[in-house]
Amino acid sequence: MSYEEKGTLVYLVVSALTYLGYVGVVLSRAGGAPMAEVSYVSPMLWSIGISIGLSIVGRIAFEMAKPSESHKPDARDRDIDRFGEHVAGIVLGGGMVLPFGLALAEAPHFWIANAIYAVFTLWAVFGASVKLVAYRRGF
Amino acid sequence: MGKPTRITNSIRALRFANGEMTQAELARRIDVTRQTIIAIEQGKYSPSLEMAFQIARVFNVPLGDVFQYPEDD
Repeated sequence: MSYEEKGTLVYLVVSALTYLGYVGVVLSRAGGAPMAEVSYVSPMLWSIGISIGLSIVGRIAFEMAKPSESHKPDARDRDIDRFGEHVAGIVLGGGMVLPFGLALAEAPHFWIANAIYAVFTLWAVFGASVKLVAYRRGF
Repeated sequence: MGKPTRITNSIRALRFANGEMTQAELARRIDVTRQTIIAIEQGKYSPSLEMAFQIARVFNVPLGDVFQYPEDD
């Protein structure tokens, strides 16, 4: 597994886990009350911050456990990255219709912000998954 | 995603014919990771034309001796 492939795997796991953690916190805060009234800003910012931090720490830890022979992306890494970003870009573009529609409908900020966060997470997870499949099965 | 490429190659045979060159050594010579050499040998990645020429140059053979493309039926 190359250095870039390991980084992609860490990014996938961290993105998914931190988002699930965020959803868990928000749901527990709701406690039956209307979702739009839940205090979500702080957990969302923490979730994003933790995600960035864990991606860095996770990559370092993975590298310490299984050192790579090279830390420089090569032509194949760049090709796979470009392919993954292209495919995931379709998900991002299509998904952004949701928060856009919510904003046009003047929905509460809670739903707009959460729709954006959900689409960004989906984009990250889908893009990383596409890249990992390309690494494993060929490209 | 099916088999990504119809291109076949003789890199493995050429490595052994050239003093049992390791994948790591070939990777070093053309400045890619060993994983990329493995992927090319297994037909899971089609290298760019430039990389293909670099590989052929390492073995000092024509490009057609390294990569082959099957005739259409």
